[in-house]
Amino acid sequence: MGYKKKTILLAVVAVFLAVLYIVYDLKGNIGYVLPRRIIKVVAILITGAAIAFSTTIFMTITHNRILTPSVMGLDSLYLLLQTVMVFIFGSGSFVLMNSNVNYLISIGCMILFALVLFRFLFRGENNSIYFLLLIGIILGTFFSSITSFMQVLIDPNEFMIAQDRMFASINNVNGDLVYVSIILFVLISLYFLRFYKYLDVIGLGKDQAINLGVPYDYVVKHLLVIVAMLTSIATALVGPITFLGLLVVNVSYEFLKTFRHSYLILGSVCLSIIALIGGQFIVEKIFTFQTTLSVIINFVGGVYFIYLLLKENKSW
Amino acid sequence: MVNIMNVSKKYNDKTVLDDISVDIQKGTITSFIGPNGAGKSTLISLVSRLIAEDDGQIKVGGENIKEVKSEELAKKLSILKQSNAINMKLTVRELVSFGRFPYSKGRLKSDDWAKVEEAIDYMELRDMQHKYLDELSGGQRQRAHIAMVIAQDTEYILLDEPLNNLDMRHSVQIMKTLRKLVDELGKTILLVIHDINFASCYSDNIIALKDGRIVKQGRACDVIDECVLKEIYDMEFNVQNINDQRICIYFD
Repeated sequence: MGYKKKTILLAVVAVFLAVLYIVYDLKGNIGYVLPRRIIKVVAILITGAAIAFSTTIFMTITHNRILTPSVMGLDSLYLLLQTVMVFIFGSGSFVLMNSNVNYLISIGCMILFALVLFRFLFRGENNSIYFLLLIGIILGTFFSSITSFMQVLIDPNEFMIAQDRMFASINNVNGDLVYVSIILFVLISLYFLRFYKYLDVIGLGKDQAINLGVPYDYVVKHLLVIVAMLTSIATALVGPITFLGLLVVNVSYEFLKTFRHSYLILGSVCLSIIALIGGQFIVEKIFTFQTTLSVIINFVGGVYFIYLLLKENKSW
Repeated sequence: MVNIMNVSKKYNDKTVLDDISVDIQKGTITSFIGPNGAGKSTLISLVSRLIAEDDGQIKVGGENIKEVKSEELAKKLSILKQSNAINMKLTVRELVSFGRFPYSKGRLKSDDWAKVEEAIDYMELRDMQHKYLDELSGGQRQRAHIAMVIAQDTEYILLDEPLNNLDMRHSVQIMKTLRKLVDELGKTILLVIHDINFASCYSDNIIALKDGRIVKQGRACDVIDECVLKEIYDMEFNVQNINDQRICIYFD
């Protein structure tokens, strides 16, 4: 089976699961249940797509299979930004009451951070991946520590309100943001089309990419901004799922066995949707909410991550 | 013509290239020789805009490489570096087809494929064109990379130690191919090379570097000289004329 057929297969499974999730055991007040389920599925679709999409790009521009935006602490940063906003403005302020404003401000800050990251991490010559990994883990831990520190300082009532509004999870999808997220996702995808043709070549390595006429720094900078925006969308909708990206992109590489990013991205997006919706289905129907999906995915993903580190270690 | 004018480069505080000026004629093979750390690879990376010079100017075909768009330069000049670790699942044919990227932007037309076929035949890779790169030996992989450079079809070709990992037969084959590219197609080739006998037998001109400076430049027969080589490498050489080629013997 070629990579084209495999991609189609993945897409079919993803669509099937999404439809199954919506119509399964649909009874009672359909007018109430159905729109809620659809919103939830759409949120999961966008999140899954955003995570897989951003991780594929990120792995290509950093030339490795271990670093992901989540491992580099980008989603911890998003949560930190949210907390800082409550801390400064208070939960009753306009910035927080209007979730769209809050969302756009956060995305703006994420873009700024991406540019800083670019400046420090990607400009230097020959940064080793272990160095980047180390920086990422330290940043991630740093961001989450500051976040919890600030949350402790906030007035508990304020914190409750703020937390409910901002920190989404897969069982508590942030429905307010779904529409603006769809628009953003489409805009980002359109913007990405300008750089899409360069991705395969960037996969050959920096020197080869420059040799073949890719305006390397320019393209990588813009791709990194796209990664930051996609990570913000995913984190805002259903919260951080650290190892999902790592898992689905690597599986997509192994499964499709191709270098063509058009298929790799599509494949990993479908895998990510399958993992999220399929996993959520199992959590709801089999575990009856005894555990959460993030726990399962982080468990599987974490084990896989350690496996990858050990494998890399052996080959070097 | 490649004009290198007063070029300097430092890494941190260490000067790697110090005020280098040299002109390279069109339609020749020019070899850069010199001990490790002399700055040969850095110089070739500068000419191919992989790294930026700190000082000075480089012109390729009369145009300053900083003022030409990278996309346009990719149609005039190609570079192959020493290390080419690719961690993608890629066949030989697919790699060679990447050489057409500056022209096709990833959508290859029939004349692009014609160039790919030509390059594959030129490097005798037809039998293994559908093999994945990680299934090949180091030498075969090197030839696949050179085929990609040939498919890129540029006037200027820069090679950083193209004979690395190759046995004698393939080394000779590659040097002959380069000679053919120059003599038949009028390309200009710059290469960094460690084996001075290969440099002596196949290049038109040789530029010898040491400690970031040019020690000697000129026609191959002028540079391959006992006194000059001794100055460059700090060891004794015995240069003999064998079949009209100047061959160095440097084994004690």
